[in-house]
Amino acid sequence: MKDVNLADYSFTGLERGQIADLRSLDASDKERILHAGVDVESDAASAVFMHMDQSTVHCESRDPGLELLDIKAAMKKYDGLPEYAWKLVPRDKDEFTRNVAENVHGGYFIRTKPGAKIERPVQSCLFLKADGAGQNVHNIVIVEEDSELHILTGCSTAHSATSAAHLGITEYYVKRGGKLTFTMIHNWGVNATVRPRSVGVVEENGVFQSNYVLLNPVGTLQMYPAIHLNGRGAVARFNSVIVAPEGSHVDTGNRVIMNAPETRAEIISRTITTGGTIIARGHIAGHAVPCRGHLECKGLILGGGRMLAIPELDATVEGVDLSHEAAVGKIAQREIEYLMARGMDEAEATSTIVRGFLNVDIMGLDGPLAKAIQEQMEQIDAHGS
Amino acid sequence: MLTIEDLHVSIGEREVLRGINLHIKEGETFILFGPNGSGKTSLLMTLMGFSGYTVTGGRIVFRSQDITQMPMFERARLGIGMSFQRPPTIHGLKTRHLVQQCARGREIDPEALARRVNFEEFLERDINAGFSGGEIKRSELLQLMAQKPGLVLFDEPESGVDLENMQLIGKVVRRLLDGEVDALPGACAKALKCKVRTSGLIITHTGYILDYINADRGQVLFDGRLCCEARPRDILEHIRSYGYQECIKCLNEPGGLQPLEVTRTAS
Repeated sequence: MKDVNLADYSFTGLERGQIADLRSLDASDKERILHAGVDVESDAASAVFMHMDQSTVHCESRDPGLELLDIKAAMKKYDGLPEYAWKLVPRDKDEFTRNVAENVHGGYFIRTKPGAKIERPVQSCLFLKADGAGQNVHNIVIVEEDSELHILTGCSTAHSATSAAHLGITEYYVKRGGKLTFTMIHNWGVNATVRPRSVGVVEENGVFQSNYVLLNPVGTLQMYPAIHLNGRGAVARFNSVIVAPEGSHVDTGNRVIMNAPETRAEIISRTITTGGTIIARGHIAGHAVPCRGHLECKGLILGGGRMLAIPELDATVEGVDLSHEAAVGKIAQREIEYLMARGMDEAEATSTIVRGFLNVDIMGLDGPLAKAIQEQMEQIDAHGS
Repeated sequence: MLTIEDLHVSIGEREVLRGINLHIKEGETFILFGPNGSGKTSLLMTLMGFSGYTVTGGRIVFRSQDITQMPMFERARLGIGMSFQRPPTIHGLKTRHLVQQCARGREIDPEALARRVNFEEFLERDINAGFSGGEIKRSELLQLMAQKPGLVLFDEPESGVDLENMQLIGKVVRRLLDGEVDALPGACAKALKCKVRTSGLIITHTGYILDYINADRGQVLFDGRLCCEARPRDILEHIRSYGYQECIKCLNEPGGLQPLEVTRTAS
């Protein structure tokens, strides 16, 4: 991991005022956050949240089944959220959690009403605009019993060269029969330092589905979100698509701990390095039976870079069913020739195979987000630099 | 359409084609026979332009262009299409998407084309993922219909195919060669008459495909050389009775390429 010195960033003095209408953002900011999956022109969101540098600048719920507050307002309103705040992520876990705990700038508090099926996604954007800015964010998501929620969150710097640090704590609570789909798109740059710390708990028959997309360079990113399946029949699924160009150092993985019977876990990652370093971790633990978990981690090295896959299975009772599959390879010449025989030139054939490999379709995303991802995929330099 | 002149091809150090001369006219279907290892597949791979097949002599001319050193995708765009025997699986690439790509911007109806090979339910599947022998053939034909080549290279259309599928595949190959691919419903009779037939170069072991198509000419490829030009059915008959023994004799004769004994009496 690249060393990070938090003293290089200023964690105070970069407050921003409210932005009533996000359409008033300047065009280049809009373009950047669109690549992080956030379309401010669209009214297809059930709620809209934006945090810029060190302030929540926009926070608006359009659905009566949904409560959306800035985290500081929520802490005030609910007496510090004693049941939820810092319950899953310890304040003193590491220097990054400590840094956030000491000085929370903002973040979202999202809670559904029991039974509410929120069809349109909540759109959230965490944005770093000022050069040298450090951002401390704390998010809490509560999916109440039998309710459904989709959060689409985009994280971005204002420019691909912006030097900035994003530290983000997220705690997820999926109650009995609830379903949370959490889609996160990262759009950083070579000078960005990113340290999310996320943990979730899923109760009986609850479902946690995560989609993660990183197609652009990031200086250093380290995250290892963990989900505890604590109720019978709970399910967690992670799909990640990661591309690391030269200059990127990405250390990511997903962890699922199955503490109850009839739980299921699936972790799938597709990673490509075109010159950067990727550490692809994965951990599934089975502590109750029956439970079933599968970890699949496939990587391609195109041109250069390093890929370190670390899949882990931890079983402590007889009868668990855990498996993993890790592979690092290259694009097969016969696949390229197959497509060339259909009239594609080598570059077209390669990018077609790469797109298939990354298989973002599996996330079922649509609209401008799907288009933005498509455009970025076409930019992937499949031959390395 | 296609002219091959004194073509010599090596795979590594080994010469697999030793002076092939062949001319296929527009709309003509040519059948290639020969025992295993005689170089049939190598000839098709060389015509398509696969890496690993080094042309050490001679040339290939297609549609008046010397394509001997042309990259594969340019040959495809010029109108050469190939049905693969064992195509690779490409994960995440839907059959529908590839069929669209094959048309290269030409307007096609993937559903309608898929219906002709009874393949609609495979359009959303990853290409070749878990396809059976017959399904691979149908998928390859579907792609060729979308590609609409002027010359089809087909390596053993009957291999791995059950009888029921054989009939379907035979009929579709026939339509492909007859150039009926684009006859969209509502096309006028004149358009149908004006259709241009597709040329074909087909490898067959069993000869089942001959029941469905109008094969014009045939030849035996033996040990990297072509010999024994005759009507495909006669060649097949001869091979069934005598194997490829006669070919050896024939090749060893001075002058080489004599018609078969049986063929002469039959024709």
